[in-house]
Parts: sequence; structure tokens; C-alpha cells
Amino acid sequence: MPGPNARIASGTRDVLPEERAELRRIETALLACFLDGGYGEISTPAVEYEETFRRAAQGGADAAYRVLGERGEELALRSDMTVPIARVAGTRYADADLPLRFCYIAPAYRAVTPHRGQAREFLQAGVELIGADAVSGCAESLTLLCRALESAGLKHFKIGVGDAALYPALLDAAGVSGEAREAILVELDGRDFVGIDTIVRSLGLPDRQAALLSEVPRMRGAGLLEGAFEPPLDVAVSGLRALLSELNSDIAARVIPDLGRFPRMSYYSGLVFEAYDPELGEPIAGGGFYSDLLGKFGRPAGGVGFAIVVDLLHAALAGEERGETSR
Amino acid sequence: MNRFGLTIAVPRGALLSGSLDALDRAGIQTAELRSNDRKLLFEEIRVVTMRPSDIPTYVEAGAADIGITGKDVLMEHPERQIFELADLNFGHCTMVVASEAGPDRAAAALSRLGVMRVATKYPRIAAAHFEATGRQAEIVTVNGSVELAPLTGLAEAIVDLTASGETLRANGLVVREEIASITARLVANRVAHRLKASEIDRFVALVTSSADPQSQ
Repeated sequence: MPGPNARIASGTRDVLPEERAELRRIETALLACFLDGGYGEISTPAVEYEETFRRAAQGGADAAYRVLGERGEELALRSDMTVPIARVAGTRYADADLPLRFCYIAPAYRAVTPHRGQAREFLQAGVELIGADAVSGCAESLTLLCRALESAGLKHFKIGVGDAALYPALLDAAGVSGEAREAILVELDGRDFVGIDTIVRSLGLPDRQAALLSEVPRMRGAGLLEGAFEPPLDVAVSGLRALLSELNSDIAARVIPDLGRFPRMSYYSGLVFEAYDPELGEPIAGGGFYSDLLGKFGRPAGGVGFAIVVDLLHAALAGEERGETSR
Repeated sequence: MNRFGLTIAVPRGALLSGSLDALDRAGIQTAELRSNDRKLLFEEIRVVTMRPSDIPTYVEAGAADIGITGKDVLMEHPERQIFELADLNFGHCTMVVASEAGPDRAAAALSRLGVMRVATKYPRIAAAHFEATGRQAEIVTVNGSVELAPLTGLAEAIVDLTASGETLRANGLVVREEIASITARLVANRVAHRLKASEIDRFVALVTSSADPQSQ
């Protein structure tokens, strides 16, 4: 019977040789793909000044774990790698020519609800392309994401692609601001369509604007981009079309347009994407375009990146393997 | 296999018959489901049945693509990352604060002691309601027969779901406040919502086709 001090915190775990070997194989495949794409691997401290994260976040990549250093300075564990890389780009590469390409395989830390099997510490593999043009940068990033997942052996995944700027533009066009706007965005983030409809109805908007605010969150799926669209939908749709036209056909075939996607509390400001596998109930990877993050570290430029949660990719691979043996 | 290729989680209990009517509207054969109340898994139509409070768990994990459950369950478990697709307009009831008829003992406790005790099966809904209204309440979680709590002095008030109000009346309780009106909702797994978009949209359209309030 182990003593009380032998426990580990819920949401953390030890990785033993059998699992570690499988994870290593995945990491090696992903890293080879990133390096091959011209991305240089970097490491940053797990612990940074809390101020760094606060500066970057609109609540989004907010740090969940804070500690006091020996002189009372506030430190925090990173919740993702994008913010530390933005800091590196603004300091160590302040005068370097753009674009810059970085990749990493590193643990990140987040708050969890106890007993839900969520990980406080989770391994991410990802890339950041700094100084990217929105469309061609996203095409490069999305292609690399697909190639990386394929190289790890994943077969049946799809990529949902949306535009984080679309719904705020709809709200602007309808003149929805203040508390109502915030309330709708909260419901949209959780895709509570009933909640969105209820709030929209209570606003007494003109029929067309109310219909758009209710319908756009539901708009996703193949074939969505055909036909003509009214403003401001046309801007988002032509952005997605431009992206698709830059993708190889095998990558484009994996894309599911998703106009209702709105990642609240994040630094994403344009195209956003997420990877789904039929074997897993949650997204394996996520990423997108951000226009304001790098400016906060003195290097105003757009960036695009993604992070794959290695443990989830591992689970999806195991699921696909099971599916194939049982078929 | 049903014709949508979706695994559907259906709640047993008060929401069962309304849920089966909804499946009928989608053209899913529910005869076996209606006649067999012990079987849990109906593979031919890819339906799984369970307690309403377990539906979000199955749907979030992707063990079911879509499911039907009460808004009360969704409100009590806001941490579940599932999509709420539609109000199915059956299973109407109200989440209320109730206490013994006559002078309100809960209000009296609050004004004299500064805190009231509230028994409930919905600790998070109750806590959120009293916090939002700036009152201090000690939430006592019980698993059933909530009406007993005020009668035995365990609590001054309860937060519970009521449809007709009959159980409350039978136990000498009256509604003091309405917190939310509750109906059955259709929920979906967030990955299935993208990967099976057209199947889910077709199912939603059929299931909600005549689920308007007038048909009640």
C-alpha cells in the first residue's frame, strides 16, 4: 500500500515504457514532417512571468497555474506555446526578416474539472508561421497539419475551417453590442442554438438580420460554399474559397467549411481550423490566424499556427486501428 | 442501423414517450423500443437508452452522436462540451423555489439569520440562482423526495422541477419563485456535428417538423 505522499495530482500521470514508446514514434513522425517543412524546433521555459501571458490573453491563453518566485515575482506555467513563441519572435528575432518558422513538441498546462479524465499537463506538437499572409499562411499551415497527421498514420480525419471574424461582423452589422453581444458569443462558443435563438428573438431585429444571426451558427458541411452570399457572409466565404483554391485536392477534400465556428477568448482573428477524427469525440488539433498577438510583443505582424494534442492523436490512432481489425 | 447512420441516446423516464414520438417523426421504427422496457441497446435502429442525466456524458464522449435530454440536466452540467441543437417542445416543466405554504420560512430565515437552507437535486442551478439574486443560501444536496426536506426541518426551501405542481401541493408546498422553464432538448457531439453534418441536419429538420408548441 503506497503512503499518502506517493499520490500524484488528478489530471497528471506517469508515462510508462509501453505508452512512451508509442508516443515517441508519433512525436518522431510529426517532428520529421515539421522540420521537412522548414520549421526550426525551439524550446521555451515551462515557467514564465505571469505578465507575459496576461499581456497576450483576452482571457484566452490565460495561465491556470501561478507560483511566486523567490523574490515574490509572479510566475505562471504556460497554457500553450503560441504566446511564448510570439515573445521569442518579438525579442530574439526583433530585427530578423519575416517570415519565421518555428515548431515544438512540449507540454502545456491548463485547469481541469476534477474526475473528468482531463489532463492538467498535456503534450502538444505544433508550428507557428510568423509574418504570414492570412490565406497563403493558412494554406501552408493547414497542409502541414494534414501531412503531419498522415505521417503519424491517421487516415480518416477531417479539418473544419471557419472564420473567427465572421460572427462579430454579423453582430456589428446588426448593431448588437454590450451585454447582449457578449451573451450571444458565449452561447455561440458552446453552440447552444436554442440559447442564441432566444437572445436574438429578444432583440427585435429586422427579420433578415435576425435570421442570419440564428442561421450562421448552424452553417457547416460540404457544399456550403456554393452559390452567392450577401455581406458580410461574402467576405468570409471568399476567404474560405481562396484558401481552398490554394490547397492540393487531397487536402481540400478533407476540409469541412464551418461558418459557425467562433473560438471565444482566444487570440484568433481570422481563419480558424480544427481536426476531427470519427474515432474521437473531441478535436485532435486546432489552429488559426492571429493578427494582433505579435504586436503585443513588439513585432506587429500576422501569424498562423496549430497545435496537435499528442495524447488525443494517440487515442485516435488506437481507435482507427481497432476499427480496422474489427471490420 | 437507422437511415441517418447516427447513434441516438434516448432518455428513459418522463421524457421517453415524447422522445419516441420524435423518433417516429424521423421515420425510425420504435415499436420494439416501446414494447421492451428492460433492454438498453437497440442495435437495429442504433438507439441507446439511459437516465436523462447520463445523456450529456455519452454524447460528449462521442459514444452517441446525438441525444435527447432535459434542459435541467444541461443547466446542471454546463461543463459538458456538447452542442444544443433544438428545443423539442415537450416535457414542459418549471424549475422553481418552493417552501411550506403560509408565512415563508425561507424568507424569515434569510432576514433573521442571513442565510437560508435549500434542499435540491440541482446544487449548481440552485447555487447559481441564489448567487445571481444576491442571497446567501446553504445548498443541501439530496437524491430524491426533495419535498421531504422542508417538512422535516432539513431545509427551509427546495429548488426542484415541477410540471403540474401536484407533488408540491400534496406535500403542502407552494412555489415562491420561478427559475427557468424547462423542455426537452436535442444535443449533439461536437465532432459528429461536423463529420455527420448533413445527416444531423436532416434528422433535426424531421424531428422538429411538427414539434411546435401548438401541437401540444
